[in-house]
Amino acid sequence: MKRPQVLARLWAFYHDGFRRMTWGRTLWLLVIIKLFIIFVVLRIFFFKPALNGLSTTEKQETVAERIINNNDESKK
Amino acid sequence: MLGIDITLIDWSRAQFALTACYHWLFVPLTLGLAVIMGIMETLYVVKKDEFWKRTAQFWMKLFGINFAVGVATGLILEFEFGTNWSNYSWFVGDIFGAPLAIEGIVAFFMEATFISVMYFGWNKVSRRFHLAATWLTGLGATISAWWILVANAWMQHPVGMAFNPDTVRNEMVNFWEVAFQGMAVTKFLHTVSSAWMTGGVFVIGVSCWYLLRRRNTEMARRSLRIGTIVGLAATFIVMATGDRSGIEIAKHQPMKLAAAEGLMDGGQRAPFSIVPGVEVPGVLSILATHDLDGYVPGVNDLLNGYTTPDGKTVKGGQEKMLLGQRALNDFTQYRQYLKTDTAQAAVYAKRLKKNVQYFGYGHVEKVRDLVPPIAVVYWAFRVMVGVGSLLLLVMLLFLWFEYKKAPQLPRWLLHAGLWSIPLVYLAGQAGWAVAEVGRQPWIIQDLMPVNAAVSQLPTGNVMLTFFIFLILFTTLLIAELRIMINAIKNHKSE
Repeated sequence: MKRPQVLARLWAFYHDGFRRMTWGRTLWLLVIIKLFIIFVVLRIFFFKPALNGLSTTEKQETVAERIINNNDESKK
Repeated sequence: MLGIDITLIDWSRAQFALTACYHWLFVPLTLGLAVIMGIMETLYVVKKDEFWKRTAQFWMKLFGINFAVGVATGLILEFEFGTNWSNYSWFVGDIFGAPLAIEGIVAFFMEATFISVMYFGWNKVSRRFHLAATWLTGLGATISAWWILVANAWMQHPVGMAFNPDTVRNEMVNFWEVAFQGMAVTKFLHTVSSAWMTGGVFVIGVSCWYLLRRRNTEMARRSLRIGTIVGLAATFIVMATGDRSGIEIAKHQPMKLAAAEGLMDGGQRAPFSIVPGVEVPGVLSILATHDLDGYVPGVNDLLNGYTTPDGKTVKGGQEKMLLGQRALNDFTQYRQYLKTDTAQAAVYAKRLKKNVQYFGYGHVEKVRDLVPPIAVVYWAFRVMVGVGSLLLLVMLLFLWFEYKKAPQLPRWLLHAGLWSIPLVYLAGQAGWAVAEVGRQPWIIQDLMPVNAAVSQLPTGNVMLTFFIFLILFTTLLIAELRIMINAIKNHKSE
């Protein structure tokens, strides 16, 4: 089977599947809203990885320092 | 506690626990229903009976609702690792990253591919191909669970790695040991079979609702039969793997076991506590060691150190804390000498290696901090086992009435079946409470306690995100329940 035919059949498969959806439409809407909240709202505004923007060496230094300092605090 | 605000640790833990608990409301039903609808579609393909096709499609619809609402809720846990637990995320290195990456690439795409064939492929692909897609959707979800549980098992029993003081990371030295250690295999089988049990009980509960309302009775009765068989088979696997889990915990996390039993002073022929004050002599020894004379240490033994009947001396918490301090001091010295005197640094690297298995104990302030909240672990264990036993009884009753070919099931049993749905979720959540609260104070057993793992963020930020998640997840749960209840109420099978 030629590649364009396979792609055309795949396209028809999904296109027809989405077109005939009934209750699935509500679910897709829910999924899209949820993914928007997770990846856009939460990821951008609330989740900032604490080691972001540091080079590998800086990350190593930072974590080592935190581990060591935490240890020093425990002796007080 | 230590240099970090205790409320920050508590709020960070609460946020993670909240996310994990909600995530675990969706996952078990996905895994459980996948098996049920696979069996039903297999019956359709084998018997060529349209009834089974319609029935499988109904349960697929409920599977789809649960899948759509639950999908990606686990990703928030991964965000939380980077934000709230950054020291931990760096410290675990590629050990955590590798299983999660495999999970994301292989299992998720496998799931996503076959799920579309499952929903869109009726009358477009052959019956056998569709059946394969249905089973592969479930297999994909199960493989996902495997890799997540491998990562979790590693936190409970870290193996197959070596700590590199240069990179401050644990580096994988044996992938197979990480992926197939006893703790991982047991955890996977126990967790996944509990999910199958959830699927079985869910099908029983929904079928009972139809039977109580005298609607869709044919579908309900035959679904009930399959739900009961799957639920019972899964319950027996849960019991067998729970037994294996007890052995693993006794070996690698004895404090968790002691807390789950409220066992302060251990010994041979250790008793199993049913409820406080009611004990069965020797049973804990059998459960923990498969030997009536097996030695089970209690909380005090683990804190003070003990000698087993065969003369083996086991270090207590205080001694481990000293060795942990030594390991951390050697690590500090190593880091200091690294840039100025490499020969001296090598000496400290060697010393660090000697005590590295106690690394985390260096962060423990008081020996009592090594004890998890006993009451929580003790009662969570009893809820898990007690509710699990009750569900077993309910399913056995359904099996009995099926065996007797009773034309109608008693209404009290149908009500019991319906109320089994919230109970099976309660048992699952309690199981996770045993596993996760029971391993406190460790985020990685013996290597890193939670106070060393947490990111130093403003506590207010973590509190804010906690409440945002609470609202988000509760909204999702309400949405799921509403859509699912509507789908159940409006379904007409005949």
